Amino acid sequence: MAGPLEQFEVKPIVDINVGGLDLSFTNSSAWMVLAATVVTFFLIGSMRGRALVPTRVQSMAELTYELVANMVRDNVGSGGRPYFPFIFTLFTFILFGNLLGLIPGSFTFTSHIIVTFAMAAVVFVGITIIGIVKHKARFLRLFLPAGAPWWTAIILIPVELMSYLSRPFSLAVRLFANMTVGHLMLKVIAGFIVPLGVFGLLPLTGLVAVYALEVLIAIIQAYVFTILSCIYLHEALHLH
Amino acid sequence: MPQFDPSSFASQIFWLVVVFGALYLLMSRIALPRITEVLDLRSERIADDLDKAESLKRETEQVIAAYEGALEKARGEASAIMAKVAQNLAEQSTAREQAFNSELADRIAAAESRIARARDQAAAQVRDIAGELATEVTAKLAGAAPAEAAVEASVDRAMTGDR
Repeated sequence: MAGPLEQFEVKPIVDINVGGLDLSFTNSSAWMVLAATVVTFFLIGSMRGRALVPTRVQSMAELTYELVANMVRDNVGSGGRPYFPFIFTLFTFILFGNLLGLIPGSFTFTSHIIVTFAMAAVVFVGITIIGIVKHKARFLRLFLPAGAPWWTAIILIPVELMSYLSRPFSLAVRLFANMTVGHLMLKVIAGFIVPLGVFGLLPLTGLVAVYALEVLIAIIQAYVFTILSCIYLHEALHLH
Repeated sequence: MPQFDPSSFASQIFWLVVVFGALYLLMSRIALPRITEVLDLRSERIADDLDKAESLKRETEQVIAAYEGALEKARGEASAIMAKVAQNLAEQSTAREQAFNSELADRIAAAESRIARARDQAAAQVRDIAGELATEVTAKLAGAAPAEAAVEASVDRAMTGDR
């Protein structure tokens, strides 16, 4: 019986070594490619008909498009349009990474802190650069809420700065922790089924329930990651 | 935990960048413009259809208004014609009645005058007959004919009623 942590192991499929750096194509990379492929087929394949009256799959692709478009419109507001493709890619990539990871025996690349942190860091650094380019020195006003008395700056600026700098970590840890804990729980509960014999039915029922919950969490966490990115982008573009 | 083993970090970041970058390009260059195009086309088409429906509705309303106007006009004309005909009929009937009445009056007058004449004649004849009768009755009874003047006087007296 495999341990509950085994599912997170990164195993190389094709060894690649560039200048002493291990860039092997691993099971993690394979599932990333698969997620991207599914997204591409889902969005490009379903729209091939370009039907005026959409088919079921086309309708789903359009719904996903409109979900993210509304998210960007409502949370980023004016000036958010150029970042829509990035936000859309972020959402679909995380969503399908989470969902494909729920297939038994698969690998969940979003359960790896380095992957979620890399995405969060790109979002954070990108948004900070956008804010500085757009507002120059006025960008620093982000750390002092408008209307606060000047002497409160001594406390407020460090606090705001801390909360700003902790954003990529909270983004990364939230997704990573949700995925990891969910998969651990599934594995641990599943481990009880066979040894308990007839009474294994009990953990099996629990497993089905937890699995359903995990599907929901997979969607919600993709949504949360994306919507928080949108809110941070809104702040950088409009300064509060 | 395998997540905190840094030996796989480089590979994971590298492949994440590659795959995410490729997906970004596919989405921003191909997938999203296509969906935008389809959605725009659809909303345009719907707006078009709504416009068309609106203009057709307006046209229909115009036609209905024109039809109702024509109907109203025809009704007005019909009632005018009917009023005229009724007036004509009334005039004709009064004229005929008047003509009839005057003719009736004429005829009545003529008849009355004829009757009066006949009565006068009859009265005159009755006087003559009474005179002759009186003369003959007197001659038979008395044996001698009375004087004509006396007879006429007594006949006149009898006819006027004072004996």
